[in-house]
This record gives sequence, structure tokens and C-alpha cells, in this order.
Amino acid sequence: METAFSGASNLAEAVDRAFIFIFSISFIITIAISVLMIYIVIHFSRKKVKNPKQFTGNTKLEIAWTIIPLIIVLMMFYYGKVGFTPMREVPPDAMPITAIGRMWAWSFDYGSGKISKDLVVPLNRNVRMNLLSMDVNHGLFIPAFRVKEDVIPGYKNYLWFRPIVKGEFDVYCTDYCGLAHSGMTAKVIVVDSLDFEKWLVDLKATGNIPDLPGLTVLKGNGCLTCHSLDGSKIIGPSFKGLYGSKRVVITDQGEKTVDAFDDYIKRSILDPNAEVVKGFNKGLMQPYKDVIKGEDLDKIVDYFRKSSEQK
Amino acid sequence: MNYNSSPTAPLNFLNHKTGLWSWLSSTDHKRIGLLYLYSITIFFCAAAVLGLLMKIEKFAPGETIMTAQTYNGIFTIHGIIMIFIVVIPGLAAVFGNILLPIMIGAKDVAFPKLNLFSWYVYITGACLGLYSQFAKGHVPDAGWTFYVPYSAEVNSNIVIALTAAFVLGFASILTGLNFIVTIHRMRAPGMTWFRMPLFPWSLYATAWIQILATPIIGITLLMVIAERTLQIGFFDPALGGDPVLYQHLFWIYSHPAVYVMILPAMGVVSEIFPTFSQKPIFGYMPIVFSSLAIALVGYFVWGHHMFTSGMSYQARWFFSLLTFLVAIPSAIKVFNWLSTMYGGSVDLKPPLLYAISFIFLFTIGGFTGLTLGSLATNIQTHNTDFVVAHFHYIVFGGMGFGFFAAIHYWYPKIYGRMYNIRWANIAWAILFTGFNVLYFPMFILGLQGMPRRYFDYDPKFQTGQMISSIGAFILIIGLIGMISNLVYHVRRGAIAPANPWHGVTLEWQIPSPPPHENFDEVPVITRDPYVFDNPYTK
Repeated sequence: METAFSGASNLAEAVDRAFIFIFSISFIITIAISVLMIYIVIHFSRKKVKNPKQFTGNTKLEIAWTIIPLIIVLMMFYYGKVGFTPMREVPPDAMPITAIGRMWAWSFDYGSGKISKDLVVPLNRNVRMNLLSMDVNHGLFIPAFRVKEDVIPGYKNYLWFRPIVKGEFDVYCTDYCGLAHSGMTAKVIVVDSLDFEKWLVDLKATGNIPDLPGLTVLKGNGCLTCHSLDGSKIIGPSFKGLYGSKRVVITDQGEKTVDAFDDYIKRSILDPNAEVVKGFNKGLMQPYKDVIKGEDLDKIVDYFRKSSEQK
Repeated sequence: MNYNSSPTAPLNFLNHKTGLWSWLSSTDHKRIGLLYLYSITIFFCAAAVLGLLMKIEKFAPGETIMTAQTYNGIFTIHGIIMIFIVVIPGLAAVFGNILLPIMIGAKDVAFPKLNLFSWYVYITGACLGLYSQFAKGHVPDAGWTFYVPYSAEVNSNIVIALTAAFVLGFASILTGLNFIVTIHRMRAPGMTWFRMPLFPWSLYATAWIQILATPIIGITLLMVIAERTLQIGFFDPALGGDPVLYQHLFWIYSHPAVYVMILPAMGVVSEIFPTFSQKPIFGYMPIVFSSLAIALVGYFVWGHHMFTSGMSYQARWFFSLLTFLVAIPSAIKVFNWLSTMYGGSVDLKPPLLYAISFIFLFTIGGFTGLTLGSLATNIQTHNTDFVVAHFHYIVFGGMGFGFFAAIHYWYPKIYGRMYNIRWANIAWAILFTGFNVLYFPMFILGLQGMPRRYFDYDPKFQTGQMISSIGAFILIIGLIGMISNLVYHVRRGAIAPANPWHGVTLEWQIPSPPPHENFDEVPVITRDPYVFDNPYTK
């Protein structure tokens, strides 16, 4: 209840200003109209007034009560627009998180297969929520942050915010989505930046881990047809445990041992027959000199290095 | 339906023929209006009870008296009945039918048989709505808005409910068509456009919305039916469709439909304020043109129901701007009504009580509508209880109280008898209190973040929910008090004179109840509608 009306994101202040402006004017005018009605009913009651006036209109008044409300509503419109505009302007440095809505649960995807049931976000960092629906329409609503957008299948809707208060806040689904619609809730937990980094590292990857760019290059060039990732022997040696390992290779000068780091890996791609791993046949792999170039080579090496680090 | 209880009653539209068939086959606009009144009342009571059940369920968090599935079914059918069967036909079909021809000096509407046919179409649609509840399978649970993809995929009787709404749309189109032709062709000699009373004017503006906007919902619902039965992908992304397109099409009709509901209510109170002040309406022309402006601009604001659906930034602020502009004609009307009473001789009888509470509730509904129309504040309140409170203030507080004002105003004209005034005042007080206790807390709940269509809720919302539920009981007691007063006195009320309120429009110049053909001879109109030469001020 204590956080029910107080904003906890950078966007809340302008929204609340629009609320206060609209509510104040509404309150004053509603009270004025009500008091006027009560006054009229009492003051001009049939008991007192035997001779009702018979006037039928007044052009000046009509103009006045067209123009004045027009100005008031345009001001309300302005406050609403000003509070809303930043909601659609996501800062480029915002951290992307994908909010996944499905009947009837939220999950929050931080990339690399790291998926959480609750939305943990760092204090004072810009966060962009990409909204993804797996089935029907949902609505991602974080009242304390004053943000809400629909999560519609096939649409790439988004919202963003910068949490400015630490704590736990509610997440609701606001688009009716069937039986357990009201159970489709989650928590936003705002923590210090350092705590967030630690939490993210500790979060176990349970979702689909997207391919690293280097693996995509390997797949795209058919490398995996001859080189396995799991250690099994096909036509060429497996990629498993490649980076940093010691390899016995046959060269024109005879047998020698090399350390499989960046240079060796690149050489093996560009000119594979110069150093053939012992136990495999020369001449089966064509040089990839003109096929895989600069940046892609680095991606491949990068991939091998990262997969060795994961062990 | 035997109204022959008074032996001295001269022949009138109620008793010139008797028997059920004389009603079911009558092409008399007044009888058809009453057929609508009775059917709408029955459906209204049923849907009000459903509303009460929802409020009992929400009295405490968790399951109270029903399961989530039942709750979802109940809010769906509550919405379908209230919107499509009660509120949209509502004032136009009941009081428009009964009074439009009389108020413009005609003997009937332009197409009396079509008028009766409309009622049968309406009843067919209403019965289909009921059938969706009792047919084999699950009751529909997609909400009255039938948002796709949920409505395209869920396994419940959606097709029957969609067909019901589709059929009901035709009744609305036919009534609108009938009224437009009636107003164009059937006005009494001398009744120029600007000598026409304001209730007919509001019906005229409404009728154009009915015939122009309703076909859009018809074709849209048909597309969802095709989607479900023939797997044609219009809206469901699983079939290659676009779910946001559905929302656009749905609201292109359903927003103007809000004005179908509210415009006739504005027309009703525009009749009541002059009569109970014994003073001409203030600003006749501004009221007429504000009705037309609402009908026109109301077509272009549908996007404000979709501010969070991911529309482009430009579309959002443009719809927001237009939404604010459509508020102006409503504000103009409120000021004109207040000025009508100002300087008059105000008699606070039940019709005026309801008309004044209409202004109060409509003002709150209108201002909270501005909160929803403003982009920043919409983001917070969209799809929360705030919206539910807002549209109940507009639709129930506006159209509903307008309807209650109308029935209390024209009751003695229709039945030739008077209800108990004191009883009516007490029922009004209970109803008005209950209404505000029920719906006002929902504004606060919505601001706190309570989403709508929630079967269960966080315990932090419980105080507001409990107060709201208590309000529902008070409201129902008020409704029972009001309806029983009216029903009881149809046969037993004191005989009402032809003109009990001293009104000056044409319906008060003929006997109560009106004779079968309204006028013995066609009246000739020689002056403006609201001239009180000899105000009654005893």
C-alpha cells in the first residue's frame, strides 16, 4: 500500500504531474457544477419563484463556455503528451530484456538463455523491455513505474524505464487472457548495479542459448559435417577442447607439437594441409583462404576461446 | 397485458385491442416501444444480478462464491447483455419509439412493419445471447470486446455469442433507418428542423451513427466467425492475421456506439430541464449542433481505446487530441442545462432528480474520461478498474440515469397513471448512494494499479473492493425500490392527467395514455418547441 501512489521510475514524475493537473481541474469544476446545481434547485425552487424568466440563450456565454473548456482540455492534452513522449524514446544505452507473456505467466529473458520468473533490474540503469507474446494478447503493467504496453503476438511492442527506487513492485497482466488472467503476476525487484551483475551471473541458463557468431559461421560453411563439437571423430578432428590444447601435427618437415591458439587455428582454416593433425588424412579439406575472411575468422577463434572458457 | 383496469378509461393504445397476440403483431410505435421496454427491463435485471454476483465474488480475495472460469463467463455475458441488449437499443428503441412520432406530430414511424420486424430481430439476437449460455460447451469467456487471438482460439461458445451481437446490430440499423426517414418525412406541417424538440434531434444524431457505424461491427464479428469456423486468417496471427486490426475495426464501431448510448440520454434531460423549470431551453441551437458535432467527431476517436496496443506515437497523440475535442460539445450541453434551470421555477420531482444526478455522474464520468484520454495518465489507468468505473459513470450514470429520468418523466403519459412520488424519491436516494459507493472506489483501485477483469486480487486492494461490493447491494436495493414502484402503479397508481408536469411539447397536448393513432387531427406547428406563455408555478 505504501508504494501504491508513489512512482518508482524516471517516467513517474511527469505522469503524476499530468494526473495532478487533470484531477485538480476536474475536482474544482465538478464541485462548482454540483454547488451551482444545489444552489439553483434551492434558490429557484417553485415555492419561491412564481415568475420564471423566459430567456432562451446568450451568445457571449456560449462562446465563453466553448473557448474556456477548449483551452483547459488543450492544456490537459499538453500535459498528457509531455508525460508520454519520453516513454517512446528509448535511450540507446538501455539494457534489453525480453518480457515473454504466455497463458498465464511472465518470464524475463536476459539473453544467453538466462530466463527469470521475476524481473530483476539494476537501480538507475535504463532498461528496455521487448514484449513478446507466445499465444494471445497480454499487457505488461508495472504500476509503480507508470508503464504499460500490450504484448501482442506478432507485434514488436516495447517499453522502457529507469528504476529510481530500490524495492519490490508488482507486475500485472492487463489484457484479459483467459482462465488465470488474474494469476498472471510477477515482481519487479530493483537492486544495486553490483548486486544485479552478481545475480545475473548466478542465474542459471535454462532457455535456448543462441549460437555465438563464430558457431554461426562454422555452421554456415559446413564445417560441422567433418568436425564434431562433442569430441566424436568424423572425418576431421573434433572441435571439442580445441582452444589452447596441444596438437601433434604432421608437416612437410615432419612431426611437431603446436599450441592451438589464434594463429594456429587461423592457419588451419586458410591452409589446412600445411599442418595436419596426426591420425587424419591430408588433402581432404580444401583451403578456405578465399571463403572465410578477416572478421569471420576472428569470430570463429572467439567462439573456440569462449567454449574453452565455459569448462 | 391487460390495461383495462379502469372502467372509465377511454380507448387508447393500451386497451383498444387486447390479448398477447395484439401486442406481438402490433405495428403501433408505442406498443413496440413497450415491447422493447419490457424485454430490456428483463435483460437489465438479469445482467444487474450478474453484476452483483461478480461484486460478491470480489468481496474478498481468492475464490469466494465461484470459480475463475465462472467469473470470466459472468463478466462476459454481463457485458454482452448490458451493451448489446440493454444500453445500445435502450433509449432509442424504447422512448424513441414511443415518443418520437408523437413529438414531431406524426401518427407513426415511417415504416411501422419494419419497426415491428426490428423488435423480432432484436429478440432473436437476445435469445441467441441466452442460448450461448445454455448450449452445449463452455459459456463464452472472451469479454464483450471479443479480442482476437483469444476469442479466435478459446474453446467456448464464442460463435453463438458473436452471432447474437451480429443479429442485434441489424435491429439497431433498422431502427436508425426508420427514425431518420421518420424525421425527414413525417414531421407535422410547420415543424421545421429547428422547431423540432431536442429529444428527436438527439435521436436523429444517434440514428446516423447506428446506420453508419453498426455495419462495421457486423462485418468484423462475421470475420471472427469465419476465422473460427473456416480457419481464414484475418486477425489471428497463428493463421497469418493481425490482432491489432481487429481492435481498430471493433472500436471504429464501438466508440461511436458509446454516443448511441449517451446522445438520447442527453436528449431526454434536454426535455426535462425546461419542463421542470417552466422555462425555455437555454441555447437550443448550441445543443442541437453539439449533438451533431459529437456524432461526427465521435467517429474519429476510436484509437483512444488502444493507447497501449503499440500504435505509432503520432497516431496516439492525434487520437488523444481528438478525444479532448469531443469533450467540448458535452461541456457545452452541461452549461446549457444549468442555465436552463437558472432563473426558472424549479420543481424537484423524480424526473428532475434523475436529470440532475445525470449531470453529476456524467460530469465525473466525463472528467475521468479526460484522464483516460490524456496519454501519460492513460498509460497508468488503461485496462484497470479506473476504466470500469469511468464507463459505468458514463453508461450507467449517464445513459442509465437518463433512462430512469425518461421513465419517470413519461410514465404518466404512457400509462395514464402516476407512480408514488415519495417512494420514487427514496428509491432514487438509495440508488444514487449505492451507485457512488459501488463505482467511486474503483477509480482509486484503478489508480493503485488494480487491473480489470481480475477474478482474484492482491489483498492490498481489499478495502476498496469491499466498499465497492457493499455499494452493489445498496444499488440493487435502490433498483428494486425504483422498479417495484413503477411496476406496482401501472395498474394501481392514481389516474394521471394529460399533462401532469405542465410540459409544452406535443406529447403533453394529447390524452394519457395516447390514443391509438396519437392525434385526432394532424397538429400544425406555428412556433418554437419550448415556449411557456403561461408558466405553471403553483
